[in-house]
Amino acid sequence: MKLITHNMLTSKCLKGVTTGYPLSIKATNVKVTEVDFNPEFITRIIPKLDWDVLWSAADSIGHSEGLPKTVEPKFEDDEEFLKKAHRVLLEIEVEEGHLTCPESGRQFPISKGIPNMLLTEAEVQ
Amino acid sequence: MSATIKLKTLQSYMQDLKGFSEPKIELEQYETPPHIAAIAIYTIQTQFESIEDKLVLDAGCGPGSLTVGAALMGAAAVTAVDIDCDALEVFRHNADEMEITNVDAVQCDFLESNFCRLNNYYDTVIMNPPFGTKNNAGIDMKFLRKGLELCNDSVYSLHKSSTRSHIQKKIKEWGVKGNVIAELRYDLPATYKFHRQQSRDIAVDLWRIYHPQS
Repeated sequence: MKLITHNMLTSKCLKGVTTGYPLSIKATNVKVTEVDFNPEFITRIIPKLDWDVLWSAADSIGHSEGLPKTVEPKFEDDEEFLKKAHRVLLEIEVEEGHLTCPESGRQFPISKGIPNMLLTEAEVQ
Repeated sequence: MSATIKLKTLQSYMQDLKGFSEPKIELEQYETPPHIAAIAIYTIQTQFESIEDKLVLDAGCGPGSLTVGAALMGAAAVTAVDIDCDALEVFRHNADEMEITNVDAVQCDFLESNFCRLNNYYDTVIMNPPFGTKNNAGIDMKFLRKGLELCNDSVYSLHKSSTRSHIQKKIKEWGVKGNVIAELRYDLPATYKFHRQQSRDIAVDLWRIYHPQS
C-alpha cells in the first residue's frame, strides 16, 4: 500500500462510523520501490491530498525525514519538494502490517502490500 | 493524439499475463481477453488522452489486464480494487512480472465500501464489470454508477452490446453523457462447466461515460 492510496482510504462504511478517516498505520515491513518521477502529476495531486494525514502517515512508518509539515505556496516551483512528495506518495510501500479505524478500532490487515478492507455483513452500515 | 506504446506491443505484453487461477462463478469472473484490454486502453489514450499522466482507478480489476495496460500506456498511478483475494494474488504476480511499480491494489467491495474519501478523486475510471447475468442482474449498472461518482472526467467500461439500449436509458436517467467508442468481439473461452460450447463469440461495447461538464 502506497501512501497516496492511504491518503484517500476510509472505513466509513463500518456500522456506526461517520468519517473513518484517517486510518492509522502499523507497519511491520516497509519497502521502497522506484517509480518514474512525474512533476506535473505530483503538482496536480497535492491540492487533493490531506497533507497533515500524509505527513503523519509517513512519520508513523519512519519516512517523514526531510518532508515539510506544510505545503508552501508556489510549491510547484520547488523541485526538491516535489521529489520528496513523489517519494512519499508513490515509492514507499507498506508491505505488511495493519490499518486501524480511528472510530471503531477495527483493524484491517495489510498483507503482501494489499490492505484488506472487506467487511462482514454484520459490520456494514 | 499520441500513445507512448504501439497497439501491437501493448497486445503482446497483455498476452503474457496470467489469468484467474480458479474463476468464481458467483463473481462472474471472466477474463478480459488480451486483445480487448489492449484495444480498450489504446483507444482510451489515442482518442481521449485519458490514460497518460492520469490518476486511474481500475474497478473490479481481477488479474489486472486493464491496470497493467494503463500503466504501460503511461498512467501516472493506478489504483486497482477487487473483492477477491485470489484474483488480487494473480494481479500482484502480473504487476511484479511486468515490473510495474506505479500501481496499488486494495481489497474491498467496490459497490459497498465507500473506500474513497473524496468523490471525483480519480481522473479516469476503467472497468470490465461483471456482465450482470445469472444472479447478479443489475450489478453492471451499479459499477458504472459508482465509477461515475469517483471520477472527475470519464468512466470507460466494457458491456455486452445486447445491453446498449438499457445503458443509454440509464445514462439519461442519471443526467450524464456517454457513447460507445469501440465495438469489439469478445471470444469468451468456456470458463465454467455449464458452458456447452468450447467458446462463444460475444459482441461487446467499449463505453465512454462522462459528466456533462467534462
